[in-house]
Amino acid sequence: MDLKFADAAKVSDDERAAVDGLLGPAGTGWEGGTERTDEDLRWARGGAAARDRRDLLLPALHAVNDRVGWLSEGALDYICRRLTVPPAEAYGVATFYSMFSVKPRASKVLHVCTDLACAARGGSTALAEGLGPDVAVQPSPCLGLCERAPAALLLQAGAPSRGSAPPAPRGSAPDPAPQSPAGLGVPGGAEYYATAVIAPAGVEAVVSAVNAPQHAPDEPPAAAAVPQAGDPGLVLLKRVGLVDPTSLDDYRANGGYAALRRAFAIGPAAVIREVTDAGLLGRGGAAFPTGRKWQATASQPDHPHYLVCNADESEPGTFKDRVLMEGDPYALIEAMTIAGYAIGAHQGYLYLRGEYPRALERLGNAIARARARGLLGEDVLGQGYAFDIEIRRGAGAYICGEETAIFNSIEGYRGEPRSKPPFPVEKGLFGKPTAVNNVETLVNVLPILTGRAEETKLFCLSGNVGRPGVYELPFGATLRELIELAGPPGAMRAVLLGGAAGSFVRPDELDITLTFEGTRAAGTTLGSGVVLVLGDTVELPRILLRIAEFFRDESCGQCVPCRVGTVRQEEALHRIKDRTGADAADDIVLLREVGRAMRDASICGLGQTAWNAVESAIDRLGAYE
Amino acid sequence: MTVVPLQPPRRLVEFTLDEQPVRVPEGSTILDACRGAGKDIPTLCEGDTLTPKNACRVCVVEVEGARTLAPACSRRAEAGMTVRTDTERARHSRKIVLELLASSTDLSTTPRAAEWIKEYEAKPARFGADAARVNEEPKVDNELYVRDYDKCILCYKCVDACGEQWQNTFAIAVAGRGFDTRISTEHDAPLTDSACVYCGNCIEVCPTGALSFKTEFDMREAGTWDEAAQTETTTVCAYCGVGCNLTLHVQENEIVKVTSPHDNPVTHGNLCIKGRFGYQHVQNRM
Ligand SMILES: Cc1cc2nc3c(=O)[nH]c(=O)nc-3n(C[C@H](O)[C@H](O)[C@H](O)COP(=O)(O)O)c2cc1C
Ligand code: SF4
Ligand code: SF4
Ligand code: SF4
Ligand code: FES
Repeated sequence: MDLKFADAAKVSDDERAAVDGLLGPAGTGWEGGTERTDEDLRWARGGAAARDRRDLLLPALHAVNDRVGWLSEGALDYICRRLTVPPAEAYGVATFYSMFSVKPRASKVLHVCTDLACAARGGSTALAEGLGPDVAVQPSPCLGLCERAPAALLLQAGAPSRGSAPPAPRGSAPDPAPQSPAGLGVPGGAEYYATAVIAPAGVEAVVSAVNAPQHAPDEPPAAAAVPQAGDPGLVLLKRVGLVDPTSLDDYRANGGYAALRRAFAIGPAAVIREVTDAGLLGRGGAAFPTGRKWQATASQPDHPHYLVCNADESEPGTFKDRVLMEGDPYALIEAMTIAGYAIGAHQGYLYLRGEYPRALERLGNAIARARARGLLGEDVLGQGYAFDIEIRRGAGAYICGEETAIFNSIEGYRGEPRSKPPFPVEKGLFGKPTAVNNVETLVNVLPILTGRAEETKLFCLSGNVGRPGVYELPFGATLRELIELAGPPGAMRAVLLGGAAGSFVRPDELDITLTFEGTRAAGTTLGSGVVLVLGDTVELPRILLRIAEFFRDESCGQCVPCRVGTVRQEEALHRIKDRTGADAADDIVLLREVGRAMRDASICGLGQTAWNAVESAIDRLGAYE
Repeated sequence: MTVVPLQPPRRLVEFTLDEQPVRVPEGSTILDACRGAGKDIPTLCEGDTLTPKNACRVCVVEVEGARTLAPACSRRAEAGMTVRTDTERARHSRKIVLELLASSTDLSTTPRAAEWIKEYEAKPARFGADAARVNEEPKVDNELYVRDYDKCILCYKCVDACGEQWQNTFAIAVAGRGFDTRISTEHDAPLTDSACVYCGNCIEVCPTGALSFKTEFDMREAGTWDEAAQTETTTVCAYCGVGCNLTLHVQENEIVKVTSPHDNPVTHGNLCIKGRFGYQHVQNRM
């Protein structure tokens, strides 16, 4: 590599401290240490060993962004020296993610959700009017807080608090976000790192959170998002609200770790068999049989094998994984351990959406406690099986939830999907056999191993319903039954099933059975479990435009049908937002033709599904007629 | 020069291409098979010296049983597969891809673009006068070559050539996301502040003319660029013992650009700054 770095002196003390906090102090002048000695000139570190640290790029970018709020040339350059990454590539990675900025900005950034559920309840950047120059306001795609819409998230960059633990060594580091104790300021007037989730976000709540994020009122407990909490029929959500999500003892007292014991008792092959026999289908959207995926990974001769938990949850209207992780974090840790055991992996990565601070805190805590008690680490439960979990924070890119983009993101590259074949089970993370599973999919494994009666599915209800939240129902319930539970609106215009990549259904189609087959037969999809109910006052064209904007913003830009097609789709929807009939006909033809090519010729599921919802609105709802 | 590399004979794969049985060596792409059978599939991001990124999607074909179309340039032929290259479905996607590209970027120097646009009856203008374009100004920041990203189709070839596939310099990378994606140095710095070593290997692989010799760029601006009046002479670079092949493009007795044959088994069309740009002494007529 022809590495060319800028003047090492450009990095500020804060930026250097942030990077060194993650990577340890710079060893030599070559690495950007403050002095270059004669000794340094006689040798150089490099080669494969240095390049192997590339996967620390994203955590290092986070470290600086958390500390100073943006990524300066000096900071980026220092990171590149430390990790032997070409600066042009690091710049390409930094500019891929919407949570990062390579231009100076205020240390406080307010992400205001302007997506479907929030917009329907007044979510707009107008909430942030008059906040002044010391806060940067950024419109955000769905923040996964739909049950408390409208939502906003404040991130205040600053030093980690004095009390926070030093970063753990490589390999076990859970990439913890620094937590700040309430009411403390860094000497010299600077701030500590802090986050505040503001939902529902009224003007007053936003102003007070911006002024003092460390004093923002606590979020309601995760169980508040589960209207059925405490219902004895719950399987996946049964512990949410019942256990203290920070306490491992409480988890164990409520059935925790029984499934892992059983897994050890029956062995990996039998675990895969039980998961296969249970017919478990992936809950991340593609409904792929989990047992088959595990079997295919387990049987690969190449090693090591990896497990990746996909907790990137960014499909607009989806928040079930967040509720599971915040309300019952140990369940996911246990389930990942079982999955790792089944596929023969010793390292799991939990790729967590960057905008989920509370889930990050809870999972970081759960991993640390499980490790301290021998439930993760060299010898899990004294069974001679080694397994550990590293949390990786996403940084604002829906596409990183795609099963191959997630690998590139973890490895420190741009989160662009890879072409398949080869499939992840063959060549996945770091080019090794990898199983990627959604949070809800994994948590389903616990009742499978401990003998449950019925298979259930989580649904995320939002929009015009009385009690939005996560609902758990056995497969086979109808859409009508589900909406009845949540309190339907007086008059309904439509229901968006499956999220932005899903499709609309009419109020006279509510007898659709909520199974993968039932929705497919009805020409729609369960997707990630989104059920967005729209009352008859909504302006459908605005919703469609918002969906198109979402795909335009989130396209990775790699392939032409999606990169340009999503722009043309948005332009056409913009033109016809106030038109109907013959006035809209030409643009609808255009939309259909572009949509067909996006579906047929795009590289990944994003481009392939970006036209689904709009098409269904035209065909099923008669939008623009 | 023809060199037959020593390697074990490859097994043949048999499949059906446009209703005809074809046999190709294992590992061949559908595109290889098409070319072998004399079929002309349009390609933009595919290049003979690089692993295709299959980003443009203009080469898509229909593989029986597959949910989506497959990029012929990268999908390997498999025994028993049935491939159709000229279906209405495949042609539709090619047409739209051409329309999307031509409505957002300047394809005026992309070889064959105009021909394909005609063949597929693509109408880029139908997206209207307000259709978003990449709108980039040429970057003229050094005396050797120009980057005119208004013509860039984001095929990733320059990045792959500069990076791990050939040059290992990593001076340029893909930055930004979605429609705002651009090829860029770090912080969009001028090339002179980047790691670029001016090998010009990125120019060699650029399929659109977005990257070009400054001589070519200036002559095009002045309206004096005339490919029909140019001769191409392949010779051996005299600077060092590697002995790369140089193809000198000469117009009115002046070297106007230098390329290198891609089928050279040693260099595959790659050069260094001396071979690529160090020709001024040849035309020093004092
Ligand atoms: C654009 C895009 C975004 C996705 N985002 C997610 C996500 O946030 N979480 C998730 O679990 N799966 C997501 N998926 C699906 C994954 O690609 C993959 O199918 C899933 O994680 C596999 O896990 P499962 O078999 O347990 O469902 C996404 C797919 C696409 C195409
Ligand atoms: S379909 Fe869209 S998101 Fe997927 S690879 Fe292509 S440009 Fe990227
Ligand atoms: S001239 Fe060579 S070093 Fe410079 S950008 Fe092109 S390929 Fe890279
Ligand atoms: S500059 Fe040329 S080679 Fe590089 S991505 Fe653009 S079109 Fe491709
Ligand atoms: S030539 Fe095959 S995708 Fe571009």
